[in-house]
Formats: sequence, C-alpha cells, structure tokens
Amino acid sequence: MKKLINDANTVVQEMLEGMVAAHPNKLKLLPDTTVLVRADAPVKGKVGLVSGGGSGHEPSHAGYVGVGMLDGAVSGEVFTSPTPDQVFEAIKAVDSGSGVLLIIKNYTGDVMNFEMAAELAEAEGINVAKVVVNDDVAVENSTYTTGRRGIAGTVLVHKIAGAAAERGATLEEVEAIANKVIDNVRSMGMALTPCTIPAVGKPGFSLGENEIEIGMGIHGEPGIEKTSIQTANTIAETLLTKVLDDLNIKQNDKVAVLINGLGATPLMELYILNKKVASILDEQHVEIYDTFVGEFMTALEMAGCSISVLKLDQELMELLDSHANTLAFKR
Amino acid sequence: MEFDVPKAKHWMMILNSKIQDHKHDLTDLDLAIGDGDHGLNMARGFQEVMNKIENKEYPDLSTLFKEIGMTIISKVGGASGPLYGTAFIKASPIFQDKESITISELAQAFNASLEGLKLRGNAQIGDKTMIDVWEPVVTFMMEQGDSLHPNDLAQLAEKTKEATKNLEAKKGRAAYLGKRSIGHIDPGAASSCYLFEALANVLEGEDFDE
Repeated sequence: MKKLINDANTVVQEMLEGMVAAHPNKLKLLPDTTVLVRADAPVKGKVGLVSGGGSGHEPSHAGYVGVGMLDGAVSGEVFTSPTPDQVFEAIKAVDSGSGVLLIIKNYTGDVMNFEMAAELAEAEGINVAKVVVNDDVAVENSTYTTGRRGIAGTVLVHKIAGAAAERGATLEEVEAIANKVIDNVRSMGMALTPCTIPAVGKPGFSLGENEIEIGMGIHGEPGIEKTSIQTANTIAETLLTKVLDDLNIKQNDKVAVLINGLGATPLMELYILNKKVASILDEQHVEIYDTFVGEFMTALEMAGCSISVLKLDQELMELLDSHANTLAFKR
Repeated sequence: MEFDVPKAKHWMMILNSKIQDHKHDLTDLDLAIGDGDHGLNMARGFQEVMNKIENKEYPDLSTLFKEIGMTIISKVGGASGPLYGTAFIKASPIFQDKESITISELAQAFNASLEGLKLRGNAQIGDKTMIDVWEPVVTFMMEQGDSLHPNDLAQLAEKTKEATKNLEAKKGRAAYLGKRSIGHIDPGAASSCYLFEALANVLEGEDFDE
C-alpha cells in the first residue's frame, strides 16, 4: 500500500483540519469533534441540514457544507459511520430553533447511529426529522433485507433539500422535498479496481487484471456480479438500463444525470461514459435537463463510476437551479 | 458463584486482549462479506473502554456497565457501536445499586441486552448476525442459572458462531450479498463469541459449589 498519509490512525482528523485550513471563511470544525459546519451556523430562521457517514467518500460529505446545501457534515472513521455523540454535536450546532433534517444513507450502521443521535436531540427538545437515501438499484430491495444502499444520488438530495431550506421552508416541507428526491433518484455503480482503507493496509477485495465488478458499493463491498472488462459504451448501457427500468422513465420526461467517479477514474473516461448516456437518453426521447460529471461520492482510490438519474418536475428543477456555494458543488 | 465489579473489569480486560489479538481475524471476516472495518472498530472501542475503567472505582455494576456502553457507542461507530453499546446499557438497570450479583441475575441482565439488540438492529435469530450467538447463549444461561458451567458456555458460543457460516445474511451489509454470504462466519457473531468466551474465562476462576 502506498498512501500520502502521516499516520493511519489520524487520517480523518488531519483531513478535516486541512479542509478548514483551505476554507476558513466557509467552514468551521467543532472543537474535539469530526463535525464540520457552515462558518455562519446556526443560520437564523432556517432548517438545519446534517448529513454524513464514513470518511473516504470525499468530497462527500463535508464538501457540500455551505450556502444552499448542508449546514453540517459528520465524518466517521474511514468507511465507518460516525458515532451518535458526534451527530448530536452537529445537530446542536446547526439548530436555530427551526429544527434539523438528518439525511442518512441506507446502511445499518448509519441508520442506527443517526437514529440514536436523533433520540438524544429530541430529548433536549430539538425538532429532528430523518430521511434515508436508498438510490442504489444494484441491490435488491426487500422487506426481509436491509434494503437498497444509499450512494451518489444522495448529493442531489443535499442540493435540492438544501435549496428548500435556504428558501425558508419548514422542517416538514424540507423533509417532504427530500423524500420526493429520494423517490425519484436511482443510481448504479461499477468498479475496475478495489480500494484500500489506510488502517487496513490491503485492498478490500480483489479483481483480476481483466475483471470488473458490476453493482459495486462505495465501501468496497462486493457488487452483484464479476464480469470481464467491457467497453465504456457497454458499461454505460448496462448501468443506465437498470437505473431507467427501475425509475419507470417515459418519453418526454425530464431528468438530471450525475456521472460520478469513484476516486481513481479520470474525467476523460467519465465524459466518454456520459457521451453514451446522453445518446441513449436521446434515443429514448428523454430530455436531459442538466448533467453533472465529476467526483461527488468516491470510494478512496477505487477506479470506476456510478450513474445517477433524477426524474424532475417543475419544483425539483427550480430547486436544482437555485444558488449553492459549497466547496464541491456550486450553482 | 458471584459476579461483581472486579470480575466485570477483569472480563473487559480479557475481552479487550482477545479483540486486540484477533483484530485482523475479525477484519478478514468482515472483508469477506462486509466492508472490513469490524476488527479495527472493536479494537479502538474496547481499548478505550479499558483506558476508561481500568483505574477507576465504581460503586456498583450498573454504573460500570453504563460507562462501558457509553464508551463503546462514542468510540466504535459503524453498526457494532450502537449494538454493543446498547447491550451494556440495557443490562445496567438490573444491576442498580448492586456490587455483586448471582449468575441467574447476570443471565437476566443479558436477556435485557438481547431484547435491546433485537430492537436496535431489527434482527432475529437466523439473520446471520450477533443475535445468532446471543440468543442461544443467553437462553442457555437463563436455563442453567447458578449451576452454569463456564466451559459449556464457551463451547456453545463457539458452536453458534461457527453455525453462522451456513446462514444467508438478512441484515447488515452482508445482506447485499444474498446467497454469496453463505460459507462465511458473521463478524459480529465472532466478536460476540469472544465476549462470552472472555466471560467464561472469568467465571472459571471460581470454585464451583454444586
């Protein structure tokens, strides 16, 4: 393993301090925590938005803290959900009395820790609502299992719910908007190479020289099938077909597309992928309202991508377009 | 046979050393069907538990269990943090104002832990989780009560841990693998096995009056 770190045990803390050093006017680190909040938090009269999860997904989630998106982001250890006391600190720091919405990705640990934090906050009289993002169509959704994972589509939930909160919507309204995005966004990913958690020191799984994994999760958890390497066009088609089928997209629907790199895939390849995605949508007479290409929700240095599609209506389009100023997402 | 504050501390000491020794084994189990952080998280959490409790006096078992639970919740993260933390916190009311308890009372406390675990994790026996060790072990402790043989307890923990190999995961990240999860021991079952083995080791230090 070769990594540009000092000590495997302090990567998260050092990263957070580095982020604040780069953006002291936008971010502040709550003392003795792994919580980054807007420099002006809590914003009076505004619902606070808190998200987070394990580290290693940068720019998620701290990259989306700022005007028009999140008020606070909680970083756990690498690929490990943050603890309830840390989430609780974030909730307290961003609550201005208007309540706080927690945006949780659907992983057992994240859900449990955020729920416990919500219980702690409610016990102190803070109004808390929770939404759980489960956009990954690679894994089956069943009442007998954990349900779908939350992946890159989460960023669009941050953007749109954040816009609603910035406009002064109530906690109930922001929660409803977030759920509307969750109901209309689907994603699927794939990996070309594995990733290495610094403190583990070896890759989380193995892939042969000519193998890829379809449906890969963002923590190096295995996907749904291993296949031999295919062209970008074939991969784009495989992922997009599954996403569109699940979303029940019809002719003349308007969508936003998010092509996400997992950490070690060049923009060149992401744009090649997007060329095919755009042409498939065009053939199906689906209108691309907006496209985002880049790294939004990574998995350390994993090579690979995910494709997300969000079905839009007038309300979602307006909120998607409204002003946002964060490190990793600007409008 | 009694269980008291010094024994509980000794239990944590043995458990912590087992977890530190097997940190990489737990991580390897988790790499196979999860995301590979279980060993690291447990090692970080239980080391912190030891740092907290080692040189501190506790008026009763309840206070000690609460401190252990809160430390785990705030240091472990992942799914294991809330689950193990809940287990210790749910057990604590049974020990209220008690410096020493019987094995039957300990079994009752673990039964409360088990109920808490099931609620927190929304898991049942057969889901390939720590419950697959906890439920049979706690049931056995309740049945045996004060005539419990620690060695039987350790053996049952080991056996139930091994049995998770043949199960298909229904909860946690392993559930995404479906049938591909079969053939691997559940990491949470493995760490739970260490917890009960360590308990058996502590209880074995006792003379048996039967």
